[in-house]
Amino acid sequence: MNTAITHTGHDRPDHVQAHDGHDDHDHKPTGFLNRWLFTTNHKDIGTLYLILSLVAFLVGGVMAIIIRAELFMPGLQLVEPDFFNQMTTMHALVMVFGAVMPAWVGFANWLVPMMIGAPDMALPRMNNWSFWILPFAFVMLLSTLFMDSGGPAAGWTLYPPLVLQTGTSLAFVIFAIHMLGISSIMGSINIIATILNMRAPGMTLLRMPMFVWTWLITAFLLIAVMPVLAGAVTMLLTDHFFSTNFFNAAGGGDPVMFQHIFWFFGHPEVYILILPAFGVISEILPTFSRKPLFGYASMVYATATIAFLSFIVWGHHMFTVGMPLQGELFFMYATMLISVPTGVKVFNWVSTMWQGSMTFETPMLFAIGFVVLFTIGGFSGLMLAITAADFQYHDTYFVVAHFHYVLVPGSVFALMAATYYWLPKFTGNMYSEKWGKIHFWLSTIFVNVLFFPQHYLGLAGMPRRIPDYSPQFADFNMISSIGGFAFGATQLIFVAVVLHCVFRSKVKATAQVWEGSRGLEWTLSSPPPYHSFTTPPVVTRNMLKHAE
Amino acid sequence: MKKENTVIVALAVLAAVMAATWLLLVAPALTGNEINMPRGVTSQSAIHYDLHMIVLWVCVVIGIGVFTVMFTSIVLHRKSRGYEAAKFSHSTLAEIIWTTIPVLILVAMAVPATTALVKMEDASGAEMTVKITAFQWRWKYEYLDHDISFISALGAASNEARQLNSGIDPESVQNYLLDVDHPLVLPVGKKIKFLITADDVIHSWWVPDFGWKRDAIPGFINEAWTNIDKAGTYRGQCTELCGKDHGFMPIVVTALPQAEFDAWVNAQRADSRDQHQATKRLWTRQELMQRGKSVYATACATCHQPDGQGLTPAFPALAGSKIATGPVAAHIDIVMNGLAGTAMSGWRDKLSETDIAAALTYTRNAFGNETGDIIQPITIAGIKRQSTDQGTAP
Repeated sequence: MNTAITHTGHDRPDHVQAHDGHDDHDHKPTGFLNRWLFTTNHKDIGTLYLILSLVAFLVGGVMAIIIRAELFMPGLQLVEPDFFNQMTTMHALVMVFGAVMPAWVGFANWLVPMMIGAPDMALPRMNNWSFWILPFAFVMLLSTLFMDSGGPAAGWTLYPPLVLQTGTSLAFVIFAIHMLGISSIMGSINIIATILNMRAPGMTLLRMPMFVWTWLITAFLLIAVMPVLAGAVTMLLTDHFFSTNFFNAAGGGDPVMFQHIFWFFGHPEVYILILPAFGVISEILPTFSRKPLFGYASMVYATATIAFLSFIVWGHHMFTVGMPLQGELFFMYATMLISVPTGVKVFNWVSTMWQGSMTFETPMLFAIGFVVLFTIGGFSGLMLAITAADFQYHDTYFVVAHFHYVLVPGSVFALMAATYYWLPKFTGNMYSEKWGKIHFWLSTIFVNVLFFPQHYLGLAGMPRRIPDYSPQFADFNMISSIGGFAFGATQLIFVAVVLHCVFRSKVKATAQVWEGSRGLEWTLSSPPPYHSFTTPPVVTRNMLKHAE
Repeated sequence: MKKENTVIVALAVLAAVMAATWLLLVAPALTGNEINMPRGVTSQSAIHYDLHMIVLWVCVVIGIGVFTVMFTSIVLHRKSRGYEAAKFSHSTLAEIIWTTIPVLILVAMAVPATTALVKMEDASGAEMTVKITAFQWRWKYEYLDHDISFISALGAASNEARQLNSGIDPESVQNYLLDVDHPLVLPVGKKIKFLITADDVIHSWWVPDFGWKRDAIPGFINEAWTNIDKAGTYRGQCTELCGKDHGFMPIVVTALPQAEFDAWVNAQRADSRDQHQATKRLWTRQELMQRGKSVYATACATCHQPDGQGLTPAFPALAGSKIATGPVAAHIDIVMNGLAGTAMSGWRDKLSETDIAAALTYTRNAFGNETGDIIQPITIAGIKRQSTDQGTAP
């Protein structure tokens, strides 16, 4: 198919012809500091986010390896229980706030202006700020591991009163969370402002690519809930250091209140991690099926519905705190409802593939892996919604298996799919398809070896967040650990493929990169010019993946 | 592509998907490991198990359907086979169908799910009540109708083996990490109400065979109930992260037929009378040291360590400490009432007067703390009575 989109008169030659791989005529700032520290360019900031995310992914991965190594067999062989708890806590904080969220912001930075036909983000200086807060926040967060009082060890959910037993390092953790929140809110404001104000002529809301839609909704979620988290952790701070009693029952406070506030943030937060993934999959499946996205409008509405429902289901994280029956019933029904729009999405993806003309490059493989494995995670989510059964599942490895299925072969697979899909566009070089496919197959095999047995462990009675266990759980823990080590090692292939693509690959990418790709970003050269669209393109119906 | 071929491919894919399902959900049980939720020994646990199986099978059936369609498409609709892409991009009818049918399935599932929940939350008509108080990292059980109370902690053999690099093979310890010194003893065939609370941080009381867990939260008293069908020993664990020894806080329930339970109650009462007598008499230094050593091992050593050296930074050393070698009154106060803002909890109501006196005597004379002080149980009893009278009890 040679349907490379013809520009409609508005675009200037220096976009389309920038095929030499050098964009020096694009007025890039010179000098390392000018280019990276003071940058206001959406692509450079996007790159910084993605690098940070990759580093955090590896740091969080090492913590996961420590956890799985201690759980390799019964008995304590490697670490003290308190350090084990620090690892589980930090692993989650680093993966959620350091790996997955910044990665999505990185892709949003790169892609949103290119997808809607804008030259850059709406608020470039704020963009610089929202990135450069992050490295400092992370250094501060990680530094707590080396403090006398040790890092936080009360789980990423930071439940009081336990978290108030943390030493002085708690202040650093909370300040780091505040900085992460400020960064997220600034990033979200920027994304919303860009999407609502800088769309090219003809790019109506219901013509926007799904990735843009999912990010628009995600950004609203972020703005709604990050301040709630900030409030909750500030109350922890004053309880710990200034003798307030927000969560201290002996002082008239309420420890359960924290859980309500935390999960009012926490449940939308998990959709913040997954909604952009939905967007990416909705971009990739049509490309490699050579067929429009099925049910574009219902995809948009389903995303919005999921986002709305995410605000009224927080109680399902706390079914065992002793809620009144009415509360339990409400949260159960609301949670079950989420499976309807989520189901619509899965059915639409399968219908997109149905009667397509499919090829199976690495991004497509990861997208298909996502649909299958995310669906499995969705099923266990539906099971967890049933309150009475949750009295058994709650806080066991069944839950661990559930949320890792939606986060690892869910969000992380979508991130990898996105990397393989757009990296040739970003760099102008093709990655190694052979090694990409090896990376996919090894990841898919080992992610299941790692997480599927955890369902059995949880059902058979193994609680989560324990450093040691009864020998009856030994076999599946060992299998899970082996899967974990192998999955971890496999990700080094990913790092190598990315580095090779960026620095060594001799195979140049075309502007369209993929035969079936549609949308404005593919009309730009690979790599795209430093300032994406300096004159807005006019968007017509046939330029898009979805033929509404 | 002929229609017949589509059907044949779809059937082959269906067979493959079902084989994969079997491999994931059935085959692992052939290893002899438990892979499913226990059916348990109470009416609740059976209901929760049935619900679990219903929703599991609903998911399996939907999953098999979706994946069969998807992989049939992956097999047939490939560019490498020369398949031309269709052009369709939506179908209102299909979308209405696959929104409506899941809603109907959910409504059907909500009915038994609601019934089970209503039943679970109805603790009325209980014939006896046990109050469970969790604290780092033990359970205190009080039989409100029988005037019996005791503390249950990880068994000594497990406790020794679970230390970092203990050199003891966990497999050699019977019921490793699932054994306690004093199990909760309950009668079968009686509706038993639990009042669950905590003293320091949040814990959660779970015996899988009973079919539920419930959080133990400081400042709250949660209600739950059970009615055990079958005599036996049932094991569980704390299921809410509660600090460093969260993984070492098991629960063991011994369910006895009513007659045996009554005999056990009588024995406990006789025991508690002996305890009471013991508080009144004067103890020798040697007796107190001996008893103190074992109290220290079960109650204090987790934090302050068996050698009294503590664990920096949270748990201070007792060897040579200002408190354990300083004024007796201050030492008693900390042990009895705890120290706010630290992990040190008050032992006033968790240990008997004799045990507190013994532990105090032991820590003031062991680890090189040669103070020579002897604290008598009667002294502790007096302090306890005094603070209760003054209303300063916590």
